[in-house]
Amino acid sequence: MLPLNATILKIYEESPSIRTFFFDFQFETMNPGQFVMVWVRGVDEVPMGLSSKNSITVQKVGEATSKLFELKEGDSFGLRGPYGKGFSLPSEGEKTLVIAGGVGAAPLVPYAEAARSAGSEVHTALGARSAGDLLFEKRFAEAGEVYISTDDGSKGTKGFVTDVLNSLNLSVYDKIAVCGPEIMMASVFRLLEDREVLDKSEFSLHRYFKCGIGVCGACCIDKSGLRVCRDGPVFSGVQLMDSELGKYTRDASGRRVKI
Amino acid sequence: MYTLTGLKLKNPTILAAGILGTTGASLCRVAHEGGAGAVVTKSIGPMPKTGHSNPSMVKLDCGFLNAMGLPNPSYPSFIQELEIAKKDAGVPVIASIFGGNPAEFKEVAEGLLPAKPDAFELNVSCPHAEGYGAAVGSNPCLVEAITAAVKDIVNVPVWVKLTPNVSDITCIGNAAEAGGADAVVAINTLKGMAIDIESGYPVLGNRSGGLSGKAVKPVAIKCVYDLYTALEIPVIGVGGVSSWQDAVEMMMAGAAAVQVGSAVYDRLDIFSEISTGIEAFLQRKGYSDVKKLIGLAHEMV
Repeated sequence: MLPLNATILKIYEESPSIRTFFFDFQFETMNPGQFVMVWVRGVDEVPMGLSSKNSITVQKVGEATSKLFELKEGDSFGLRGPYGKGFSLPSEGEKTLVIAGGVGAAPLVPYAEAARSAGSEVHTALGARSAGDLLFEKRFAEAGEVYISTDDGSKGTKGFVTDVLNSLNLSVYDKIAVCGPEIMMASVFRLLEDREVLDKSEFSLHRYFKCGIGVCGACCIDKSGLRVCRDGPVFSGVQLMDSELGKYTRDASGRRVKI
Repeated sequence: MYTLTGLKLKNPTILAAGILGTTGASLCRVAHEGGAGAVVTKSIGPMPKTGHSNPSMVKLDCGFLNAMGLPNPSYPSFIQELEIAKKDAGVPVIASIFGGNPAEFKEVAEGLLPAKPDAFELNVSCPHAEGYGAAVGSNPCLVEAITAAVKDIVNVPVWVKLTPNVSDITCIGNAAEAGGADAVVAINTLKGMAIDIESGYPVLGNRSGGLSGKAVKPVAIKCVYDLYTALEIPVIGVGGVSSWQDAVEMMMAGAAAVQVGSAVYDRLDIFSEISTGIEAFLQRKGYSDVKKLIGLAHEMV
């Protein structure tokens, strides 16, 4: 597909470096965890998780996102998607644990809401650097219980999401969905492995996307050769055993870069 | 088993260059899960390149447009990936390489030799990388010199991938053959472009790029047909092959084997599907060998 033209209806400032852009198009068939390619015309096109059927939540990190932050309501950008494989939804009566770090909360908030709608009891471990960086606290709280942690202790437990997880009985959950910075996901991965609940978990990975549609192979992960853009971005914990997760990623040229 | 320029292929389908070829692991996956008879790597050059900005590939109704811009980690970093592919793919691994002149091609080929690729495919056909690809591949003298330079230092087969963006592809094919190529690969993508009418912006980050997929198949068939007549060496057909019927058609035009690129978008095991389809077709038609198909169309008229 060619990018569709999305007009910005509303921009919501979540934190000084994170904004949600609501647009005039609804991805009705989107599964939480799927992504869209956001084309900031004349600059670049970058993958973004959908934070709702008609929004993306963006952290200002590079050239394309900086340019996106210059856009105003009424401006437009290009959108392709939804692409990739999202999180698998729980069945009615199953317990779901959502583990979100930083802007990783963006694809997880529609998941928490969908899990709740499917009849699942949802708990969320929500972490951020400080209280002002916590994302979607209200939406997560409406979906179920929320355990907050901040690096600086300005709200909730002082520490990382793993500190919160240490105090939870993880064996009660049927589905565990994780998204956040890779170092955090790698720590969560090890913790879930130690507690022998990895088989219930799913992780949303972030890699450099070139084509975004599963053809070029720029985002393939070791050792499986799975494509993050097409076979992911959500992978089961079992798929990621013995993988590059937490060890290295690749830059735009394909060179390995240590995490 | 099927022999092509001395290489033993499991079947006559080959993963095309630039597709799922950035890592050793993905090349192995295409061989094992996809069923490819051989795999070609992403094109590797002398220096690391990040490629063009995105969008770098879009799907159109009739095919795909791409302008990757030859992103690659350069040969010193790619060696480890080639070694992984060589160790675990279980099929021949062909290193696609590019450079701006004979010396650069030689440098890259020499640099990759320690990983023992089964063959080299010279990319003198990428339509959207300034100073590389078709920029050198539309000049017959340069194509001959590049081919000869690589042939001079390697003792494995050398294939030359040709661009259709020239007035006469056989002229370039002849130059490759004169330079000592063991086979030619035809075709690379056709120059193309798409514009977003809402904003007026060209869609690709590089503004224009190369067209692949179903739309280019008739062009590829014609190029392969002409090259088959003009050359002594085998022609490997590529361009819009997405079914066993396409592969048979390509072989009847003169292709000794077929490469598959964009069609991995539909499914990864397209290679198994095509080779199984060819086998069933041979049986149905009573052909003793897949070689009977090669150039069949030339005998009809």
